[in-house]
Amino acid sequence: MAHEATHDLHDDHHEPQGFFQRWVMSTNHKDIGTLYLIFSLTMFFIGGSFAMVIRAELFKPGLQLVQPYFFNEMTTMHALVMIFGAIMPAFVGLGNWMIPLMIGAPDMALPRMNNLSFWILPFAFALLLSTLFLPGGGPAGGWTMYGGYIVQPPAGPPLSLQTGSLAYAVFAIHLMGISSIMGAINIIATILNMRAPGMDLLKMPVFVWSWLITAFLLIAVMPVLAGAVTMLLTDKYFGTSFFNPHGGGDPVLYQHVFWFFGHPEVYIMILPAFGIVSEVIPTFARKPIFGYRAMVYAIACIAFLSFIVWAHHMFAVGLPLGADIFFMYATMLIAVPTGVKVFNWVATMWGGSMTFETPMLFAIAFVILFTIGGFSGLMLALVPADFQYHDTYFVVAHFHYVLVTGAAFAIMAATYYWLPKWTGHMYNEFWGKVHFWCSVVFVNVLFFPQHFLGLAGMPRRIPDYNVAFADFNMMSSIGGFLFGASQLIFLGVIVHCAFFSKKKATDRVWEGARGLEWTLSSPPPHHSFTVPPVVRDEELAHGHADD
Amino acid sequence: MSQQQDIYYVPSKSQWPIVAAVVMFLTVFGAAHWLNAEPGEAGFGKTVITIGAIGVIGMFFGWFHSVIKESLAGHYNAQVDTSFRMGMMWFIFSEVMFFGAFFGALFYIRNFSIPWLGGEGHGVLTHQFLYDHYSAAWGAAGGNGPMRIGGAFSTVEAWGLPLLNTLILLTSSVTVTIAHHALRAGHRGKILLFLGLTVLLGATFLYFQAHEYMEAYKELNLTLHSGVYGSTFFMLTGFHGLHVTLGTIMLAVIWLRVLKGHFSKEHHFGFEAVAWYWHFVDVVWLGLFLFVYIL
Repeated sequence: MAHEATHDLHDDHHEPQGFFQRWVMSTNHKDIGTLYLIFSLTMFFIGGSFAMVIRAELFKPGLQLVQPYFFNEMTTMHALVMIFGAIMPAFVGLGNWMIPLMIGAPDMALPRMNNLSFWILPFAFALLLSTLFLPGGGPAGGWTMYGGYIVQPPAGPPLSLQTGSLAYAVFAIHLMGISSIMGAINIIATILNMRAPGMDLLKMPVFVWSWLITAFLLIAVMPVLAGAVTMLLTDKYFGTSFFNPHGGGDPVLYQHVFWFFGHPEVYIMILPAFGIVSEVIPTFARKPIFGYRAMVYAIACIAFLSFIVWAHHMFAVGLPLGADIFFMYATMLIAVPTGVKVFNWVATMWGGSMTFETPMLFAIAFVILFTIGGFSGLMLALVPADFQYHDTYFVVAHFHYVLVTGAAFAIMAATYYWLPKWTGHMYNEFWGKVHFWCSVVFVNVLFFPQHFLGLAGMPRRIPDYNVAFADFNMMSSIGGFLFGASQLIFLGVIVHCAFFSKKKATDRVWEGARGLEWTLSSPPPHHSFTVPPVVRDEELAHGHADD
Repeated sequence: MSQQQDIYYVPSKSQWPIVAAVVMFLTVFGAAHWLNAEPGEAGFGKTVITIGAIGVIGMFFGWFHSVIKESLAGHYNAQVDTSFRMGMMWFIFSEVMFFGAFFGALFYIRNFSIPWLGGEGHGVLTHQFLYDHYSAAWGAAGGNGPMRIGGAFSTVEAWGLPLLNTLILLTSSVTVTIAHHALRAGHRGKILLFLGLTVLLGATFLYFQAHEYMEAYKELNLTLHSGVYGSTFFMLTGFHGLHVTLGTIMLAVIWLRVLKGHFSKEHHFGFEAVAWYWHFVDVVWLGLFLFVYIL
């Protein structure tokens, strides 16, 4: 096995030359991963600026800053940009960077397709964001793009709704879908085909497992979204009747197809986060993860359940009773594997010799705050209760707890955790902690009051509201501005670490870190492994005989 | 499983991914502009979409050209071959899910939305207040909904052209398999004959389908506007027809590559990938024949 390679069969064996060659024509998983991460950070700030507009308008009752139509454009674009532009590309970027290192592969299985997956994204988002400058404005029917809001019959709607943005948004989503599907195919082929000898499936890090299952979800549901938005497009421009009852169609059909995509999609945005937290916590608790196999099976179980719960987004449309009950129980079932994961994270920390560096702080905050989001999700799963909560700020609070303090916090944990490995330099721990504490305090000021607003009946997606909701909204807005500002610290820490930090990182970086990626230098060589590495069990985080 | 290779292969840098991203962008940008153009102002969108489409064709040509060159030079080892196979398999799976969305829409409409509009189950009030003249039915009797969108129409008879097309596609799946066996046995003449037959059968299918579409539009008044019946009929058969078109082009390219001697008995993944794709298109058609034409 351990041949000494004296010659190099790589076609790509020169060190990167020009800027264009290195970054635009790349076949290197690290460079493409970096591109994904920079793109994601950019979109995080663009989507965040839309959120600032929303919170500024909601600072007090009445219409102060923006018109209702523009407000709706902001809510729609905020969601589309954050979901497809910030969260998903961040996970793909992390997967790109870390999966080959973690399994002892030289690169992704299909490196050129990898580059295409990335380069589609800037164009897709240029297309999407350009709609804000169209006459008539961008899409404003919510990110779910329900046909009733988005497809209007030719003569009916007020002028402001007669925007051509739907076509641009639909094509942008087609492009994002193509990008995601290719990225997912690449990740599956990499994990199944490129592992170093000895890296058995059940020795892989949980992060790799979580991405394997997420990639399957992506391939299964992104085409369904493409189908759904294609039907919207033909209903608007080609006179089909999929969602038009006059012609025998049904607007609820769109919701079914959309949420068949949409629910697996929310797990696409959280399963890699589970993977990240399952890497970070064992490192700083200095213990192997508790119940490795249970963690893997739980992820697979959640992924399976995600296909049979979609209609819990639609309880209020008037489903048949049997459907309501089925989807309610199936939804509550998800709490079981999720509970397994939460308890296993806690058990991993239990009795560990813990230290609290920034990645660990974010990971612990993830466990606590994601669990809050999980519990509000359980409340929403109850049909009778959901009739009350549906389309209120309670829902907004719920999914921001799982997506901001869940997915985004995990991405921040991952950034601090692996940044020294990527750059070869340590980030500034003090400012990292400042970023953490600001984020964790203000995110709760931002989203916790929204639970009360929702329970009191404040509907979502409105620019104006009853004065009774004024106090909590002001509180939430202040939290929002400060949370937004805190992210500038994040940017500062990253830039400092990448360009100015003097403190060299060691290969292992963290005392308790285990896994192949930590056996490489920091930063790793341009090609991590030119020959398959020898996998030694004691280097692995998991897969020992006693696990 | 992991391959026991001594040295990994990583392909060289390539300009094709960025070219692909640009031409895909131009295509959809042109299309979006065209869709929204006022009458007489569509020129810009049309120009952009034309440039984009030509670019897409050129991009495929160039990208595959470089891949074929590298493959013939023997750069690709068994591990790369497995990656390609997995890539193609999962791509076809994504296509299955894409068709699944439209089949799902068809089943939902036939099993739920049409009966509900006719007053069944919890659709009773909708029926009574909005559509009390409508009795649920599929096909010509009610497939275009309570408001008879698109006017009266007739459906395509399943046991005419569609049956013939079914036989044509099934035969083509057999001929492509015979060609594959011939390839593994090294009979070049036989490959060219049966692969050529497959291409011809694909083209014949497309000719008949075009004929069926024209008849539907001109004589049956069955159009894309014929309510949800027309919507599902043309979307499902149309996307399938698009895939047959692509498959036929791919088969024709493979035929040319056989002619140039690109494939060996052992290494012919390009051939196999296209054959898989062709079988997939065939299976989708069987679903269409059953659920769109017969039932």
